[in-house]
Amino acid sequence: MNKPVNQKAWLLVLPVLICVAFSSILPLMTVVNYSVQDIISPERRVFVGTEWFASVMRDRELHAALARQIVFSLSVLAVEIPLGIALALSMPASGWRASAALVAVALPLLIPWNVVGTIWQIFCRTDIGLLGSAIKALGLEYSYTGDATQAWLTVLLMDVWHWTPLVALLAYAGLRAIPDAYYQAARIDGASRLAVFRYIQLPKIRGVLMIAVLLRFMDSFMIYTEPFVLTGGGPGNATTFLSQYLTQKAVGQFDLGPAAAFSLIYFLIIMLLCFILYNWMQRLGTPGRADK
Amino acid sequence: MARIDLDLAHCYRPEQAEIDYALLPLKMTFSDGGAYALLGPSGCGKTTMLNIISGLLIPSEGTVRIDGRDVTHASPQQRNIAQVFQFPVIYDTMTVAENLAFPLQNRRMPTAQIRKRVGEIAEMLELSAQLDRRAAGLSAEQQQKISLGRGLVRPDVAAVLLDEPLTVIDPNLKFQLRRKLKQIHRELKLTFIYVTHDQVEALTFADEIVVMNRRRAVQVGAAEVLFERPAHTFVGYFIGSPGMNFLPARASATGVNVAGQLLATLPHRAVPDGELKLGIRPEYLTLAAHQAPGALAARVTHVQDLGTHLLLSAALDGHTLKARLASDVAPPQVGESVWLQVISEHTCFYQDEELVA
Amino acid sequence: MKKRSLLLIVYIALSMLPIYWMVNMSFKSNAEILSSFTVLPLHFTWANYQTILTDSSWYSGYINSLIYVTINTVISVTAALPAAYAFSRYTFLGDKHLFFWLLTNRMTPPAVFLLPFFQLYSTIGLMDTHLAVALAHLVFNVPLAVWILEGFMSGIAREIDETAYIDGYSFPRFFTTIFLPLIKAGVGVAAFFCFMFSWVELLLARTLTSVNAKPIVATMTRTVSAAGMDWATLAAAGVLTVIPGAIVIWFVRQHIARGFAMGRV
Repeated sequence: MNKPVNQKAWLLVLPVLICVAFSSILPLMTVVNYSVQDIISPERRVFVGTEWFASVMRDRELHAALARQIVFSLSVLAVEIPLGIALALSMPASGWRASAALVAVALPLLIPWNVVGTIWQIFCRTDIGLLGSAIKALGLEYSYTGDATQAWLTVLLMDVWHWTPLVALLAYAGLRAIPDAYYQAARIDGASRLAVFRYIQLPKIRGVLMIAVLLRFMDSFMIYTEPFVLTGGGPGNATTFLSQYLTQKAVGQFDLGPAAAFSLIYFLIIMLLCFILYNWMQRLGTPGRADK
Repeated sequence: MARIDLDLAHCYRPEQAEIDYALLPLKMTFSDGGAYALLGPSGCGKTTMLNIISGLLIPSEGTVRIDGRDVTHASPQQRNIAQVFQFPVIYDTMTVAENLAFPLQNRRMPTAQIRKRVGEIAEMLELSAQLDRRAAGLSAEQQQKISLGRGLVRPDVAAVLLDEPLTVIDPNLKFQLRRKLKQIHRELKLTFIYVTHDQVEALTFADEIVVMNRRRAVQVGAAEVLFERPAHTFVGYFIGSPGMNFLPARASATGVNVAGQLLATLPHRAVPDGELKLGIRPEYLTLAAHQAPGALAARVTHVQDLGTHLLLSAALDGHTLKARLASDVAPPQVGESVWLQVISEHTCFYQDEELVA
Repeated sequence: MKKRSLLLIVYIALSMLPIYWMVNMSFKSNAEILSSFTVLPLHFTWANYQTILTDSSWYSGYINSLIYVTINTVISVTAALPAAYAFSRYTFLGDKHLFFWLLTNRMTPPAVFLLPFFQLYSTIGLMDTHLAVALAHLVFNVPLAVWILEGFMSGIAREIDETAYIDGYSFPRFFTTIFLPLIKAGVGVAAFFCFMFSWVELLLARTLTSVNAKPIVATMTRTVSAAGMDWATLAAAGVLTVIPGAIVIWFVRQHIARGFAMGRV
C-alpha cells in the first residue's frame, strides 16, 4: 500500500497548522525567549544564555520530582493497562448490558479533574469520608495528608480509578472490531482461552493499546490538578510531581527564567520518553504489517 | 473421511414461527469423499448450515451425525472439521509455519511430527518457500491457503468446509486457487462442502450441488440434473444464464393451454390437469416453422450478439421469452414475428413451483 | 464466563463508591455531614442544588464551560478532518515529521504554556473570553483528533475515493457527501475525546478567565470560606459537573461498542 505523493496535501493540513501555530508555536517561542533572559522587571531584561538551564539541571529538588514522576508514571501504566484490558475482556459484547457497562465504566473519565480531586478528598477523609472512615474502623492509621507513603498510594489509587476507564474503553473498542471468523477459526483449531487472547485479541488490539499506553504515559507525566486538590503536593514533597513543581516555581515564586528553562527541559523529557516508548512498543509488536 | 447426515432445523428464537427459522427442517446426507456445493442467494441459510456442520452453531432441533456418530453437541475441535472463511483468518503475529502448526500444538502433538506434517501440507499448498515469513505480510490468496492448510494439517480431518473462500481473491488468481482446491480434493479424498452464491464456482467445483432458497434446500443433484430437470422454479431461474423461461399454462385432457393456444403435450409425458407453469431453458427454445405443432408465435424485441451465440428476446402475451440461438443462423429482425418451439423433450411443468412433469 | 462478569461487577461497584459518596453528601446539610456518618441522608434536602441553580455566579460557570468546550470541539474536529485525510491518503514532503510534531503538542504539559498564554491573550485582548480557553485547549485536542480520525480513515478503502473522483465528484463534495458518512463513528469518537479533555481541564481554563468566562471547575475552588469548607454545596456542584459527561457517553456508546482498531500509531 503505497500512498500517492501529493504536495497539495499540505493545503489540507493548513487549518491544523494555523490552529496549532497559534496555540503552540507562539507560546513556545515565548518560553524559549524567557529561558535565556533574566527578567528583572517588564522593562529590564538581561540576556543570560544557558545559565538558567544549567541551574535547573543542578536543581536537586527537580531531580527528586523527576524520579517521583517516573516511578509514578510507570506504576500507573503497570496497574492501569492490565486492569483495563481485563475489564474490556469482561464487558458484554452487545445489548443493554453493554451500554450500561460502558457508561458506568467510563463515567470517571468525564469528571473535571479538580472534581476528581474533590471527590477523593471527600472520600478519603477519616471524619466524613467513606473510605477514610472504613480504614479507620479497621483500626489502621490512615492519613493522606500526613503519611508520605499513604499519600502516594492514595494519589495512585485515585489515578487508577480515574484513568483505567480510558484503557478499558479503547481496548473494548479494539476487541469489538475483531471479526467473528477469528473466534470461530480458533474454536475449530482448538485454541485455549489463553491462546485466543495471546494470538488473536492482543495482536488485534495492539493499535488501540499503543494509543492507550502513550496517552496514559503523557498524561500521567503531566498530572497536576488531581494531586494539587487532594494533597497539595504534600506531605513534604511526597506527591509533588513535575507539573506541581513547575507551577510552584512559575506562579508561586515568579522565577520566570528558570521556570521557562525548566518547561523546555520538561517538554524534552516527555518527548524523549514517548519516543523511546513508541519505538519499544513498535518492536515489541509485530513488524509484520504490510505497509510498515 | 466421513459421511455426514443432517436431520435438523435451526431457529434463533424460541417462538418457532416459520419466519424465525434460519434453516427449515431438512434431511440430507453428504457422502464420504464427495465434493458438494451449497448454492443460493445471500440469506438463504447456507452459512447457517455450514456452521451447524462444523459445530459453531448447535441446531435448535434434530441431529448432526458424522459416520453415524451423533455429534450434535460436540465441539468443532472434537468433530475434526476444517473450515475456511470468506476472509482469510490468520494469526498475524505468527509465521506461516507457526500458523500451520497451531492446531497441532493445541492437541499437543510431538514437535517432530508437527514439523513433518507442516512440511507436507506446505508442499501440497505450494507454501514451502514462505514457511518462515510472517503470515500477515502475504497476499490474500496465500493467506487463504494458510487458512485451508490449518484445517488440512490435522491427520484425521473429517471434512473441509469452505464459506465463499474466493470472495477476496484477485479475479485472475481465483481460477488457480479453485483448481488447487479441486486437486486437493482428488488427492485427499475428503468430503468438501463449498458455500457460494456464484453458480459457475459451484458447477465447476462440485459433483453434487445443493441449491438453497429461503432457508430450505430446494434441490440436490449434479449440475446436469439441475440444468435439465430443475425440481423447483427457483432452481430453473437461479441456475443458467439467463435463467429458465416460464409461461403460465392450463392443462386439461386435450392438451395445455398456453397464451390462448391449445398445444398438444408429448405422449409419454403425463401432465396433471390444472393451473401450471411451463418452463423451458433458453438453450432449448428453438425457432420453429410457421404453425408447427407445439410452437407459439412471438414478436422479437431484442437481438444481442454474444459472439458464440445470439440471445433473442421475444414478447409473448405480456411475457418475455429468451432464446439462445446458434450464431450461424440468420438472425430475425426486431419487430418481426417468429415461431418458438415451447413444447419439446426439455419442457418442464411446475405446479405450486414444484416439478410435476 | 461467570468469573469474568464478576470482575466487571466488582470493579463497577468499587468505582461507583466515590461518586455515590459525593451524591450522598450533596443531599445532606453541612451540619449533618460533619456531625453524623450515614450511608443515606437522614434529612434529605435539595437546598444545595437550589443554591447552585439560583445563584448566577454558580450556574453561569456551567454555561461558560459548555460554551468553550463546544467551540473547542467544533474547531478541533473541523480542522482535524482535512488534515487526517491528508495523512491517511497522501505522501507529502515532511508528512511523518509533521505527524510526530503534532503529537508532541499532545505531550506538552499545560503548565508549560500557562504564562505564555496569559501574556499572549492579554496582548491581543482575548483574556477572559470563551474563545481564549477554546483556543488554548486546541493544543492537546487538535493532535488527538487528527490521530483518532486518521486511524478511522485508514480503515476505509482508497478505491472509494478513486471511484468518486472518476465519477466526477469534486473533493469538497466527495468529502461531505460520501466520505464523512463513512467515518461518522470516527467523528463521534473524536468529538467525544475532545469534549472530554476540554471539559475536565482546569489549569488553563482557570488561568485564562476571571469573571465573564469563568468555568464551573474554577468556581468550585471558592467554596473554601472563613467558616470552613462548604462540603455540601461542593458535592452538589461536583454532581452537576458529572451529568454532561454522562450524557455525552450515552451518545457515543454505540460507536465504541461497534468497535474500532487503529492502524497507525
